[in-house]
Amino acid sequence: MTVVTFTVNGRRHTLDTDPDTPLLDVLRDELQLKGTRFGCGAGECGACQVLVDGHSTAACNTPLAAVEGHALTTVEGLDSRLAEAFVAEQAAQCAYCSSGMLIGAAALLRHTPSPTDAEVRRALDAHLCRCGAHNRIVRAVQRAARDLA
Amino acid sequence: MRLDFADDGTVQVRTGKVELGQGIRTVLAQIAADELGLAVEGVHVLSADTAFGPDEGVTSGSLSVQDAGSALRAACIQARTRPPRAEPLVGSSLPRTDLAAKFAGAPSFIQDLAPPGLLHGRVLHPPRRDAQLAGVDLARVSSLPGVVAVHRDGHLLGVLAERSRDADKAIEVLSAVARWAPGPPGPEESQARAGLTQQPASSSLVAEHGQRPGDGIARTLTARYSKPWIAHASVAPSCALARWDAGRLEVWTHSQGLYNLRRDLALAFGVDADAVRVRHADGAGCYGHNGADDVVFDAAWLAREALGRTVRVQWSRADELSHAPFGTAMAVDLAADLDARGEVLHWRHQVWSAGHSGRPGRNPAPALLGSWQTAQAVAEPPPLNMPLASGGGAERNAVPGYALPAWQVLWHRVPATLRSSALRSLGAFANVFAAESFVDEIAQATGSDPLQWRLRHLAHDARALAVLDLAAARGGWALRTRADGVGHGLAFARYKGSGAWCAVMAEVEAGAALKVRRLTIAVDVGQAINPDGVVAQIEGGAIQATSWALKEAVQFDAAGITSNSWASYPIRASPKCLPSTCMSWPR
Repeated sequence: MTVVTFTVNGRRHTLDTDPDTPLLDVLRDELQLKGTRFGCGAGECGACQVLVDGHSTAACNTPLAAVEGHALTTVEGLDSRLAEAFVAEQAAQCAYCSSGMLIGAAALLRHTPSPTDAEVRRALDAHLCRCGAHNRIVRAVQRAARDLA
Repeated sequence: MRLDFADDGTVQVRTGKVELGQGIRTVLAQIAADELGLAVEGVHVLSADTAFGPDEGVTSGSLSVQDAGSALRAACIQARTRPPRAEPLVGSSLPRTDLAAKFAGAPSFIQDLAPPGLLHGRVLHPPRRDAQLAGVDLARVSSLPGVVAVHRDGHLLGVLAERSRDADKAIEVLSAVARWAPGPPGPEESQARAGLTQQPASSSLVAEHGQRPGDGIARTLTARYSKPWIAHASVAPSCALARWDAGRLEVWTHSQGLYNLRRDLALAFGVDADAVRVRHADGAGCYGHNGADDVVFDAAWLAREALGRTVRVQWSRADELSHAPFGTAMAVDLAADLDARGEVLHWRHQVWSAGHSGRPGRNPAPALLGSWQTAQAVAEPPPLNMPLASGGGAERNAVPGYALPAWQVLWHRVPATLRSSALRSLGAFANVFAAESFVDEIAQATGSDPLQWRLRHLAHDARALAVLDLAAARGGWALRTRADGVGHGLAFARYKGSGAWCAVMAEVEAGAALKVRRLTIAVDVGQAINPDGVVAQIEGGAIQATSWALKEAVQFDAAGITSNSWASYPIRASPKCLPSTCMSWPR
């Protein structure tokens, strides 16, 4: 057991737990933040992405010990204008992949505030969407960029 | 259909249809709001629940608006106490009622349910569904931290743990210590596909029109097309919750067919259907019969060991890609006899395929994976094939929609090498691909323009002509330029051969890999309750089908499915090379 301290959406948490516990389990089961979704457990689908110091990171295969001292943002902690842009473009069918897409969009817009269509597609390249909502998602990210400018 | 009116003027709608990401709750709310004279916010469409009915069958086959929507409209007209809305919501693209909460990260899915006292379960299914458990050291698992129970029943193994992470660790160890007797050798994927037409088959005439002429045939064109096994590959592995209380079973599921599932659970556990309550909770996108029903059996099976606590079973990514049913492999042979002028005299379409429906509720034995693997195992029922009048399965869209003087359609039913069940469009995916590719072969062989050939043979169907003309106009068919490695193609079909009309123009680049640059789609679905919802479905379907066609094939060997991760079963992951799609409404 190890004591790990980190912040999530601005709140400080100190947990005494197995340092190998996947971050995803801590977020969903200990902190009751259900917006970060399980998709594959191998960092291959993008459903569980969170921001770690602003960088998009898979929570499913990140051990808790790795976020000691870091600042995390989950989908629940994002600027609400991002989600509003997704609503405006109706940028999902089932929306299971949406949390990861929103995190990916937030990470992109941090350093590329006015991305081109191609830049959005490249940034979300590793995010799987089986419903085929990709084109709407790209439009939503560009709308969010305008709204946040 | 049941309506509950509250004192504040709002209404709760209980429907038998379920939300799969297609937006059914929103369109039902639009219909009810119109007839009851309410704002859409005043209508709450609840998730289906067998405790409250109605039984509206399976949410499949694109029938929910047509059937449940019509029933709801009729019920609302009966129940209304004020005039209908003067400005109807039907026909307008209202935003989905569920998306804002989902985008905000609110608990929304079955995976997010966490009732008090929850136990976490994992189930280890045999690597092949007919494999035998040769031995396992359960003590290695029961001593692990947080493990509450390890359960063995025939060839099925499972664990219960207090925490999700403990259950994951335990199933990993269980998987490592379980030894499986090698099953009979199975065919390799490539052999199975190539060998489809050589398998013992039960052949039947699907339909025919006219006779093959005795003379006048100048030449005969033939072609063969095939489709591999395709996985549903939902982005969320299946999940279910279950609880036993004094011989009564309550489950939460993202299944498409709650009543069929209830029937099969009752069969599998030897209880009355009345003792089983099945409640729907939203899951990730579902495109047919995936693992949703199987995981409910797993949860209920483990919950019997849980002393009244609720058990949540979460399948892994590998479970979902290897144990859930697949869309069926098919081979299609086309032949056309042409006269001296190049006109088709006789068209023949032959399909080799297993049945396309292994869904619960339709066989004497339960169609639930785990129920075939316990000590009281029942035999796996063979996949059914729905009759053509209900949309068909293997033969769906095999009957030509073109005006041809004579044609014949045969179906050769072959055994299912893998577990076969409904995947979006059933046999239509292979049959339409084959027939439309063959039309292009005929057009090329006879020096016809592929658009003109189609228009000429669809002169009886004005709505078919309209979508083809529109797709060709918007896609720039007449102005298309020939460039090295770039080609253009057209296709047309009606849903199930008798429903919505759809035409597509594709621009494809054939370099080192095939790349779909652009799809231009025209669709006529008749009355659209929510036009943007239709656009989302059509565009999403086209993108998914592009992935099937270009990237996907289930891989397997004698030991089981080998394409059990996103790395080994890639879907069209990459938004950077997605086709751009535009949608048109001829009506």
